[in-house]
Amino acid sequence: MTKTNPIKMGYRTLEAWFNLSFGPSWNPLYNLGTLTFFFFWVVLVSGLYLFIFFDTSIAGAYASVEYITHEQWYMAGVMRSLHRYASDAAVITILLHMFREFSLDRYRGFRWFSWFTGVPTLWFVITLGITGYWLVWDELALYVAILSSELADALPIMSGSMARNFLEGQLTDRFFTLMGFLHLLGQPILLVVVIWIHVKRMSHVQISAPRGLAIGSFIALLALSLVAPVQSHGPADLSKVPDVLNLDWFYLNVYPLLNYWSAEQTWMFTLGTTFVLMILPWLPPKKTGPAAEVHLDHCNGCGQCADDCPFDAINVQARTDGARWAHEVVVQPNQCAACGICVGSCHSSNPFSQKNEVLETGIDMPQYPVNELRDRTDAAISKLREDNKILVFGCENAFDISTLESANASVVEVFCVGMLPSTLVEYALAKGANGVFITGCRTGDCYFRYGNVWLDKRFEGGRKPRLRARADRRRIMVFRGAEMDGAKIKSALTEFQNTITDLNGQNSSKLTIHEYKESSDERA
Amino acid sequence: MSARKPKWFLLQALNYTLFMIIVWYFSFSPPYRQLAEEKSVVTLAFGHAGERIAECKVLSQQELEKLAPNMRKPTDCPRERSPITIELQLDNQAAIKDVFQAPGFYQDQSVDVYRNVNVASGKHLLSVWMNDDINVDGHTHRLDQSVNLLPAQRLVVSFDTTTNEFSIK
Repeated sequence: MTKTNPIKMGYRTLEAWFNLSFGPSWNPLYNLGTLTFFFFWVVLVSGLYLFIFFDTSIAGAYASVEYITHEQWYMAGVMRSLHRYASDAAVITILLHMFREFSLDRYRGFRWFSWFTGVPTLWFVITLGITGYWLVWDELALYVAILSSELADALPIMSGSMARNFLEGQLTDRFFTLMGFLHLLGQPILLVVVIWIHVKRMSHVQISAPRGLAIGSFIALLALSLVAPVQSHGPADLSKVPDVLNLDWFYLNVYPLLNYWSAEQTWMFTLGTTFVLMILPWLPPKKTGPAAEVHLDHCNGCGQCADDCPFDAINVQARTDGARWAHEVVVQPNQCAACGICVGSCHSSNPFSQKNEVLETGIDMPQYPVNELRDRTDAAISKLREDNKILVFGCENAFDISTLESANASVVEVFCVGMLPSTLVEYALAKGANGVFITGCRTGDCYFRYGNVWLDKRFEGGRKPRLRARADRRRIMVFRGAEMDGAKIKSALTEFQNTITDLNGQNSSKLTIHEYKESSDERA
Repeated sequence: MSARKPKWFLLQALNYTLFMIIVWYFSFSPPYRQLAEEKSVVTLAFGHAGERIAECKVLSQQELEKLAPNMRKPTDCPRERSPITIELQLDNQAAIKDVFQAPGFYQDQSVDVYRNVNVASGKHLLSVWMNDDINVDGHTHRLDQSVNLLPAQRLVVSFDTTTNEFSIK
């Protein structure tokens, strides 16, 4: 996908708008998955409460829902509205989640599995909603029941006609109880299973929305529930065809198609659309670079890379080479995103060590070894001519940092900023750079999920390998931005250059490369 | 959080409001008209097994002797059932016309008929006939009846297998 893709730019603009009001940590577009989970919790809790008052019989269902809606409007009625609106909101966040991954080209290559398993998840969500509408047993429920049955009847696996159940005198409580069981237990459990499969190839999966976003969303849902409480249609009457319906278009949008198409055609359309969506990662496929390689001679099996890997591609296992360490790591090549974050995690990726030799580390990218990264850093620094020499590190999935190149700014591109060993930043400062400017994907939106996060934590001292306290933070700036944020990034770089000029004027003391080396040896 | 400015919260409130308006609107709107005004639905729905295609045949003594002792039943009844041809007419115009093959590997199962047709509300002459026996020409069961369909009414035409007659509800 090119950087001028208008869909991507449009999405980025929307993202920037939300950053303006929510900030990166609460930005709903960065938290679509967790927000969906949050809506799911609201649906679950409100659903459990509603079940207390719900009568799972044909004769009693509608009356019990009417009691919930009108008699106990202050609690059960609000719960019903929360149940409905949170379900609807979840569909929006799911669709936005899909659109986001598509527009940002995060559905192909190593991400195929999440996309491929995520598309059918929508079916489980929608059918869960459909059975929910069924239970109300109003005119809308009857409409849903009859048309769902007609759709089911069209499947070659069905014998007999399910739709005939919904004619006068045919329906029994047993069938209704079955629907209740499906909606209350069977389908939610299935949904949890498919979501588990969906996130199977990811680590550090977040399921809790940021508190501020969750509170805001809940207040909004509550306000909507109080302002526009959900009402039922008239009771189901098997002798009548409800002519005008207030459909919930989030869940019931497929049914109107049956007015124009046969059930078979509707199946072909919906299944065909699902199939095309599922195979999108191969239309065309996206090549992922070679997987990370483990060099046991430099690996002590600490497992930091396994913990940092955003895609669960690294496992820790018992040592196999007879070395004194208890463990070693092994890469699952088919799950590796080739992001290089593991290189930044490895304590052996220390440019101060093996200074005059080829730098080797415990886990490395064959297409861009850490030794080459150090060489490029050296070369970039040697090109700098002005007094305030700035070395820019940037990731290849965000703003094109080559445009930042100037007489006093040299650039080094990495796969992900998480690939940067903290010691490389110190190394750059020790080797003559007056400042290190790091840019990459927007905060909260790392292309490789956790590169940004780990970098921040390493710099803040909250995650190994840490940027040591003695590194002069005033000479390090992290400023993130997407492809379209060039002006902001350039402005931040200019500001940083001015800061560095001021610092140089103060004759700020800097550590020599020898001091860094000693320090790094001590730590090793 | 403490560093957040009030205008950010106002913008958040605006975003939440817009989001909830979208949730609320598409949760109920636009209204969907399933059935045009002054229209009714006639549903033809029943389950019925066609007659066997061939009569049971009484086996001769010679034929019985050719069979294994445990297989010697005096009659051989073919399982295949006749397809069901059905037609529903309103005011002498065919509204539903179909032939249903008996399902099953041996085509010996009961046929499930379920068809809907939208019709103008009002008075109609409804005729429904069925042939459930391939060996009989014409219809084997028939009902002609005047009906007055109210708007949005669902009229169900079914076949009672106990009385072998069509009924209208």
